[in-house]
Amino acid sequence: MDWLINFLTEFPQMSRQGLRDMKKMIDGSYREFSREYGEAIESFFDPLLWFLVKFEELLQITPWPVVILVVAGLAWWGARSWTIVIGSIVSFLLIGWFGMWEDTMSTLAIVSVSTFICIALGIPLGILMARSDRLQSMVTPVLDIMQTIPAFVYLIPVVMLLGIGKVPGLLSVCIYAIPPIVRLTNLGIRLVEKEALEAADAFGASYKQRLFGVQIPLALPNIFAGVNQTIMMALSMVVIASMIGVAGLGVPVLKSISNQYLALGMMNGLAIVVLAIIFDRVSQSFGLRLQKHRHGAQHD
Amino acid sequence: MTDIKIKIENLYKIFGPKPKSVLQRVKDGMSKQDLLEQHGHVLGLKDINIDIPAQGISVIMGLSGSGKSTLIRHINRLIEPTAGKMIVDGDDVLAMSKNKLIDFRRHKASMVFQKFGLHVHRTVAENVAYGLVVQGTPLKKAKEQSHKWLDRVGLAGFEEHYPSQLSGGMQQRVGLARALATDAEILLMDEAFSALDPLIRTDMQDVLLDLQEELHKTIVFITHDLDEALRIGDTIAILRDGAVIQQGDPQDIIMHPNDDYIVDFIQDINRGRVIRLRTLMSEGTAINGLALNQNMVLEEALPLVADTAEKACNVVDDANNILGSIDLNQVITGLARPKVETNPENRYR
Ligand SMILES: Nc1ncnc2c1ncn2[C@@H]1O[C@H](COP(=O)(O)OP(=O)(O)OP(=O)(O)O)[C@@H](O)[C@H]1O
Ligand SMILES: [Mg+2]
Repeated sequence: MDWLINFLTEFPQMSRQGLRDMKKMIDGSYREFSREYGEAIESFFDPLLWFLVKFEELLQITPWPVVILVVAGLAWWGARSWTIVIGSIVSFLLIGWFGMWEDTMSTLAIVSVSTFICIALGIPLGILMARSDRLQSMVTPVLDIMQTIPAFVYLIPVVMLLGIGKVPGLLSVCIYAIPPIVRLTNLGIRLVEKEALEAADAFGASYKQRLFGVQIPLALPNIFAGVNQTIMMALSMVVIASMIGVAGLGVPVLKSISNQYLALGMMNGLAIVVLAIIFDRVSQSFGLRLQKHRHGAQHD
Repeated sequence: MTDIKIKIENLYKIFGPKPKSVLQRVKDGMSKQDLLEQHGHVLGLKDINIDIPAQGISVIMGLSGSGKSTLIRHINRLIEPTAGKMIVDGDDVLAMSKNKLIDFRRHKASMVFQKFGLHVHRTVAENVAYGLVVQGTPLKKAKEQSHKWLDRVGLAGFEEHYPSQLSGGMQQRVGLARALATDAEILLMDEAFSALDPLIRTDMQDVLLDLQEELHKTIVFITHDLDEALRIGDTIAILRDGAVIQQGDPQDIIMHPNDDYIVDFIQDINRGRVIRLRTLMSEGTAINGLALNQNMVLEEALPLVADTAEKACNVVDDANNILGSIDLNQVITGLARPKVETNPENRYR
């Protein structure tokens, strides 16, 4: 009788020793793996690091009025709206005035580079997924894991493998931010109406003509929603990534948490929000502008 | 008219996971219903044999679900068959390599769709130029052609509009222009006018007939509407549950329907507008009197015949050779709907 009560109240657990051994084994073999291949993998990312460092340097050494001009120019090119352009200029002036210019430039650099990487990998992957149900059923669970696993958890293996620095930071931002662009590219292409595709087939479109002439243009609204979300997620990851040595607005935020600096934390947090809003508005209106047919005959 | 452009031979299409495994049962005569209930496969097409003459309008008709869309999609192989042949100009489309098939679709056969199938992200002109651009025609020439065809279907001035800014009838004109622009000899039209309201529809039929007068394409036209079929079809094939139950001269089908299903179809047609003098005339009996063309419909002929002193007219061909004659009585009996005995028990549905 006793053993039954025991059995029911206490979960049958692996022995402490066994559990410890198991964890040790996993840690050990991973450590070995990273000792063996860590350097090779790191050098694989070297070009990326070089790119990121150069881009950040460029942003830092460029005189601030030029940066603001370029930002305003990009905002105009993307959104064609004076409100957004003036909003961006004012925000950047305020950021500089409150002493956050350098951190903002670092953040801008890492967000731009990681968004670029996510788009360059995510859109082709989404296209392949839309083509093959098997690939979709294999990739979807991986994306689910990437989106739900706490960011801190995958920071551990990344740090073990690559140490602390920009590359592991970039990698973790990308892991966190890439799922939406993959998902929405896949979804967008799958949602393209059958009739439009059938017409392309009937007129003898090749695979490439079908993809670039019909599927991608018609999937653009979803693809852009994906790009937009990817940017937002990259920005929100910046704070966490600063824990493993990514420079930028996240660093002062972390400092404020440990030292209870309310004003410093709020200011840097708001700077991230402002960047997010600018990125969001510009990328969204750029996406809309690409789809002329949605606002009818009105051309620009 | 006797040149055969498209020859469909023993074509079968079965939808389902393992169509080949049940093909023999279908060949042995299993019905669509039984095939679905016992084997979980849908019978799409069953032993289709149709000869489609060059330069004419061949209509394929049948009720919803009878397999019309499935059949026409085999001609350019948007659907793969389970068995059979589709010979176009001596070549079996169903045996073509991928590249040859693409070539066939680009140059030989173009298509107009029931739901238009326009690309909403392209302007009207770009839509019409689509087939040409896919072929690799230089942009400038494609643009010229596209403007020319838009003009022909009466949409000059709408080049830079987007499809969503046009009415249904206008959108289908774009679809028609797009199909004509590639200069393909074969035009496949799957219920091209069914989504349009009656007035616009007659309008589009006129556009098509006018164009056909000068273009002489081989047109395969799908419809579920008998009036439309009779108006534009040089030949008609009637499908039911995936099989052809009667095909031939439309006049012949009206006068001699060989099945209840067809009788049902032709019951409500306006006979006066459909039956032509050649169908009813007494051959080789010339009289003294007015001459009427053999293709005149009864409705037009009736007042003319009634007005003559003889109450009868000669029937002549296009070159005015007398073929026979027709009298008032024949015209009037032709107008009356024949009594049909149909047993409600063994009707098709
Ligand atoms: N992909 C498919 N899978 C399974 N069954 C199909 C498929 N396509 C068509 N069918 C079946 O084949 C039959 C014929 O369909 P089809 O679309 O050719 O009819 P239709 O004559 O064009 O009808 P409608 O007038 O409604 O367009 C129907 O019973 C349909 O359910
Ligand atoms: Mg159909």
